[in-house]
Amino acid sequence: MSVVDVLVVGAGPAGLAAGIEVAKRGGRVCVVDRNLEPGGQLIKQIHKFFGSREHHAGVRGVDIAVELLEEARALGVTLRLGWEVFAIRPGHAVDIVQAVADDTTGSAGNAPTESFDARSVVLAAGAEENALRFEGWTLAGVMGAGAAQTLINVWRVRPGKRVLMVGAGNVGLIVSYQLLQAGVTVAAIIEAAPRIGGYGVHAAKIRRAGVPILTSHTILRAEGVECVEGAVVAQVDGTWCPIEGTERRFEVDVICVAVGLHPNTRLASLAGCRLVFSPALGGWVPLHNAVLETTVPGIYVAGDAAGIEEASTALEEGRLAGIAAYERLRDVDAEGHAEIAAIQRRLDDLRGGPFCGGIRAAKSALQTAGETPCPAT
Amino acid sequence: MPGNLSQDGYLSLDELESAPGVPAHDRMRRGPVAVVECVQEIPCNPCEAACPHHAIQVGTPITNCPVLDAEKCTGCGLCVTQCPGLAIFVVDLSRSGETAAVTLPYEYLPLPEAGELVDVVDRSGEVVGRGRVLRAATTPASDRTAAVTVEVAREHGMHVRGIRRKEVDGNGHDR
Amino acid sequence: MRIEQHPILGPLPEAREVTLRVDGRVVTAREGEPIAAALAAAGIRVHRYTAKRSEARGILCAIGQCTDCAMIVNGVANVRTCITPVADGMVVETQRGVGRRSEM
Repeated sequence: MSVVDVLVVGAGPAGLAAGIEVAKRGGRVCVVDRNLEPGGQLIKQIHKFFGSREHHAGVRGVDIAVELLEEARALGVTLRLGWEVFAIRPGHAVDIVQAVADDTTGSAGNAPTESFDARSVVLAAGAEENALRFEGWTLAGVMGAGAAQTLINVWRVRPGKRVLMVGAGNVGLIVSYQLLQAGVTVAAIIEAAPRIGGYGVHAAKIRRAGVPILTSHTILRAEGVECVEGAVVAQVDGTWCPIEGTERRFEVDVICVAVGLHPNTRLASLAGCRLVFSPALGGWVPLHNAVLETTVPGIYVAGDAAGIEEASTALEEGRLAGIAAYERLRDVDAEGHAEIAAIQRRLDDLRGGPFCGGIRAAKSALQTAGETPCPAT
Repeated sequence: MPGNLSQDGYLSLDELESAPGVPAHDRMRRGPVAVVECVQEIPCNPCEAACPHHAIQVGTPITNCPVLDAEKCTGCGLCVTQCPGLAIFVVDLSRSGETAAVTLPYEYLPLPEAGELVDVVDRSGEVVGRGRVLRAATTPASDRTAAVTVEVAREHGMHVRGIRRKEVDGNGHDR
Repeated sequence: MRIEQHPILGPLPEAREVTLRVDGRVVTAREGEPIAAALAAAGIRVHRYTAKRSEARGILCAIGQCTDCAMIVNGVANVRTCITPVADGMVVETQRGVGRRSEM
């Protein structure tokens, strides 16, 4: 059994940032990720980021991933890539299993496991894409928008020739643009709400490229035998119900679903962390306080796993969780902690503006609800 | 949020009129000038640092919409490739003849070549005419965002915001 | 279906070619890529059939979370092809059903 100060689950921006902060303070830290290529969702973000200079504004996500990894490696952060955490036992003992075997010559699935003895754990395994159920939703060719983004920007493979994008939030708009860059036609973007949810500038790019955005439209069905051959959409009324006679068919071979993400809460749940349902944060989320500690002392959460936001907030939360995890900070210890205060200010800046009102309120509600009821240990 | 933007995904001329990043018409007639088509309060400010003449102001909080000081702006176009939202253009209505020049950010293949004739499109993606490409290039600082300058009919100066992309197979080869 | 030239990512980097056998068919792949990438590039979209109704499934999440892309690889079932890299000589089969039963 290996002993570490902090075990971090997930090598995305939050996890890497947490690992970096622990290593900077001289702590022993191991970051575990099931993917052989670390960087989380950053490695598929080929667009320039928003935000401010200290948040890498103007830098492409893929390049931010490279910088983070170099910093982590230089500081001696241990990365276990191709491994998955499957248990967190009290204390905390963390068990991992090899997800991607080195040797695929058929050892009948008895993948090796290892255990860690960790003073603290940071859960930074991100999110999952929401599914959308419609007739034909299981046909090959129906995939998450994030999945299509992985194909085009990481695997450098087109998912098909013509795509219908379902959802006009930032993910739907950005991935549509990236599909165009990859030489894939986007027949249309449909959005059930009466307004486009993503940023106007993302919508503007896609509209001047000739891609229609149909608000108040939903998908009725995907057509095809085993694979997508077409999609039928219809307009919806004020109660989200399809309006008869407005059906329209698009000949597409891919349907991308961009209807939001939800935090990945499996490990938090297994470890006994209390979850709360927060629509603004994407669904079930581990209850956490201002220093990102969950209801289980010593287990912290950061990034999309703590509520669906952005890469920039994931980075900052990762930093905060890394510091808190290493120093075993409870909420009260944050008073007067200069570094934590600076991070919290930067998080407030990132959460400013009308697009983030729901998130600000939700995060603040969690923090009042979760005066972490620390059981006597 | 402006009505047309949230509904159709592009700004109407009315919405642009009141935008703090859009210069007055007579400034456009005096020479090239930036047109910052960014009207939502999102946390973002690379445009401010991009301008060597300090003509774009965001300040704090960084959700402020960018404000253009059209008198300081020389129309150099450095901001065009720095805006992560690809929302800044340079418009020059001072040219002789019946033409205007529009510089726009471009991140597709194939990159058009100087001298090429292209279809030019408005914010809704509709073709409004033909244009001649004057310049099309990336620079190290532009980080793979090209600035494409296209000569268009004068009356299209505040309309043209893109060029019609050729149908390509993604490997830069025309279909 | 491969993206040879890309305005941001540049030209497709060189990679050693490896050979897979997918349901008996030879499929070439690029060393280092996940099995699912090679299949997508070859136009193969169906990875498995469900246990109860034999319905086709293909890539859904592409990051190892949903298991819709699972196939039998070198005789081992339930291998998530979206996160498992190719290897020369690898044998990949469409999976029918789940678990050990599908290997029979």
